[in-house]
Amino acid sequence: MTGKNIQLDKNGNLKHFLSIEGLSQPLLHTILNYAESFATVDKRPVKKVPLLRGKTIANLFFEPSTRTRTTFELAAKRLSADILNLNISTSATSKGEILSDTLRTLEAMHCDMFVVRHANSGAAHYITSQVAPHISVINAGDGRHEHPTQAMLDMFTIKQHKKDFTKLSVAIVGDILHSRVARSEIHALNVLGTNEVRIIGPHTLIPKEIEKLGVHIYHDMNSGLKDVDVVVMLRLQRERMRGALLPSEDEYFKRYGLTNQKLKHAKKDAIVMHPGPINRGVEIDSDVADGKHSVILQQVSHGIAIRMAIMAMVMGQINRDENKEKKK
Amino acid sequence: MRISIENGKLLDPSNKLDQKQDLFIADGKIVSLEKKPDGFNPDLVINAKDKIVLPGLVDLCARLREPGFEKKGNFDSELYAANSSGITSISVPPDTTPVIDTPAVVEFIHQRARETNRANIFPLGALTQKLKGEQLAEMYLLKEAGCIGVSNALNAIENTEVLRRAFEYANSCDLSVFIYAEDEKIANNGVAHEGAISARLGLPAIPETAETIAISRVLLLIEQTDVRVHFCHLSSARAVDLIRTAKKQGIEVTADVSICNLHLTDMDIADYDSNCHVKPPLRNERDRVELIEGIRDDTISAVCSDHQPHEINAKSAPFSITEPGASTIEHLLPLMLHLVNRNEITLNRAISLITSEPAKILGINRGFIEKNKHADLCIYDPNSNISIDKNNLLSSGKNTPFNGWELQGKVTHTLLNGEVVFSID
Repeated sequence: MTGKNIQLDKNGNLKHFLSIEGLSQPLLHTILNYAESFATVDKRPVKKVPLLRGKTIANLFFEPSTRTRTTFELAAKRLSADILNLNISTSATSKGEILSDTLRTLEAMHCDMFVVRHANSGAAHYITSQVAPHISVINAGDGRHEHPTQAMLDMFTIKQHKKDFTKLSVAIVGDILHSRVARSEIHALNVLGTNEVRIIGPHTLIPKEIEKLGVHIYHDMNSGLKDVDVVVMLRLQRERMRGALLPSEDEYFKRYGLTNQKLKHAKKDAIVMHPGPINRGVEIDSDVADGKHSVILQQVSHGIAIRMAIMAMVMGQINRDENKEKKK
Repeated sequence: MRISIENGKLLDPSNKLDQKQDLFIADGKIVSLEKKPDGFNPDLVINAKDKIVLPGLVDLCARLREPGFEKKGNFDSELYAANSSGITSISVPPDTTPVIDTPAVVEFIHQRARETNRANIFPLGALTQKLKGEQLAEMYLLKEAGCIGVSNALNAIENTEVLRRAFEYANSCDLSVFIYAEDEKIANNGVAHEGAISARLGLPAIPETAETIAISRVLLLIEQTDVRVHFCHLSSARAVDLIRTAKKQGIEVTADVSICNLHLTDMDIADYDSNCHVKPPLRNERDRVELIEGIRDDTISAVCSDHQPHEINAKSAPFSITEPGASTIEHLLPLMLHLVNRNEITLNRAISLITSEPAKILGINRGFIEKNKHADLCIYDPNSNISIDKNNLLSSGKNTPFNGWELQGKVTHTLLNGEVVFSID
C-alpha cells in the first residue's frame, strides 16, 4: 500500500471507516471496547445517548439492503443524530458524473457523514476522495472489497464467546471470491492476532493468491473444520449457479453446506456465525442455523452497538484518553 | 525552408549513426549529413549543442479520438502532445466511431492529418465489419485507400472460423494483421491482473490465460494461413515466452509492449487509482521484468504509447466502472530514457524500439536519418528535467498514471518533413 492512510486524520484518529486493512490492533480493540459500553444502551428505558445530537448522517445505498441500512439507521438514532435514507439506483449508464453530482447535492444539505453501500469495489474510497474535508465516510459494503462494520460486529461476537483471539482457529466457508465480508474478516482476524485463519471452498470460489492475505486454504469441510473454534458461513448468491462456478445447489450443499454431521469435526464448543440473510439448505442446514452452536441472532443485535461505536469515533465524539482508562 | 542543425549529436542505431555531426535540410529532405552544401543559406539555424538528434519517433498505437470521441481529444490536441515527445509518425487503430471499415473513414483521417500537418498518420483498417467479428471488412478497398494493416482493435473475434478466414483473406491482400490478444470470455469483464492485488482489492480479475490462450490460438492459425501477424501490447511473462518460442521455431511474428507495462505493475493501483486501469492490465513485477527481457532479446521489437486520452468523468468513478486507458503520448521518449537511466536497457535499444523497429513493423519509410530522405527529426536535451503534472498535460486527456514522476530528456524541437512542428523556444 502506498501513500498515507486516508482513514486516519493527522493525529491518527479514525476519520473514515473504509476498510479493516490499514487499521491497527489497538484501534480495533478501541472499537470493540466502545461497542461493549454501547451494548447496554439497548437495555435502558431511554435507548439514546446524545453524542451525535445535531449531526446529520446520510445513508447512501446504491445497492438494495434492508438489514444493514436498518442497523445503521438505528445506531444513528440512538446516538441522537438526524438520518437521511437515500436509495440511489445505479443503472448501467450512471457513471461518475452522476455520483459526484449526488455528493455535491448532499454536501449542500450540510451532511456530516455518509454511510455508503455500492456494488463496485473501491466505491467508498472513491467517494472519500470526492467529499468535502469535514465529511466522514463509513463503508457499508463496496463490491467484493470490504464490509468492515460487519467484520467488526463478528469480531465483537467472537470476543463475547472466546475472549482471546491468539488461541483461536477460525474457518470462513463458501464464496470467498465474491465476498466483501470474507475479505474484511480475514484482515480483522489477522490484525487481532488469530492463531489460524482458514478458508474453505471450491477452487472456483477462491481468488488466486488469497493466501497472501494470511489464510490457509482448504477444499473440503472435514479437514477444514477440524478443531476450529469458530465457523463463519458465507451467503451463496443463487445467481452463482448460473455460470461455470458451481453445478447445482444440491451438490454445493452436499459438499460445503454446514450440517451437524460436518460440525462434529469442529471443537465441541465451536460457534457458528453467518452475516445473513441465510439461505437455509444451501449453505447451512436449519438444524445448525437454529441450533445450540449458532450465534447468528446475536450478531444482528451486536451490529447496532458496533455501528454506534464507529459512528461516534469517526465524528470525533469519543477521545482516546477516555478509552485508555477503560482498558485498565 | 532551409534548416541547419548544428553542434548536435546524431543518433540513429539503425544506420549506426552515433556522432557529433551537423545536418542540413532543404525542401523537406535531409540534403547533407556532413558538411554544409555549397551555397546553402539556411532560413533557420538550430543550435543543438549538448543535445541529441534522433529520427522522428514512430508510435505504433495511439488513439487520437477522431472521429467519434472528440470530447476525449482531437487531432490538434493529441498531435501537439505527440510532437512534444518527438513523435512524427503514428499508427491509429480502427476503433473510432464510425469504425475504419470504409474508404470514406480512411479519407476523413487523411484529411484531418493534412489539416493538422503535425504527423504522418497511418491508419489500420478493420479486420471485420464494425469490428463485430462476424463478416470480413473490405480489406482490399481499405488498403487502396491507404491502410497499412488491418486489426480488430480491442474487440476479440470469438468465432475461430472467422478469424482463420480473416487471416487468409488479409494474407491474399498482402496486409499485416495487428492482433490484441485477449480471450474475452476468460477476461470476463475483469479490470485488473489476477493475483494478490485483485484478491485484496476485490476487483474482477483478468487471468494470464486470457492472453496466452488467445496468443496460442493465433500462433496455430498463423502456421496454417501463413499470414503476417503483429501482436500488440504483450503483458505477461508467459506471453513473452510464447512469442520467443514461436520465433525460434521460425514463425515470423513481431510484438510490441505498451510503455505503461514497462514501468508499472498492479501494485501501482494502490487505493484504486483509476489512471492505472489499463488494458492489457498491469501485471506483477515478474511479468514486468520479463517484458524488459523480451525487449532486450528482440522477442519484443517495439514500444508504443498506447495513448488513450479520456475526459475527467471517464476516470472519476469506482475503479471497475472507469474506462480503461492512459494518457501517455507526451512522455514516450522520457519514459524510454528512464529505462536507460535505470540500466534496464541500452540507449541504442531504447531508440530503436521507438523509431526504426516500429517503422519496420508498419512497413513505412520513416524512423531513420538518411541523406535524401524525409527530414523527420526529434532533438532532445538529455540533461533537462521533466516533472509530470497531470494538470499541465498538453493532451486533452489528463489521465496519466505517471503524475509526479521526475524524468529526464525534454524534447526541444520536432521536425516533420523539414518543418519545425514543435519547439520549446
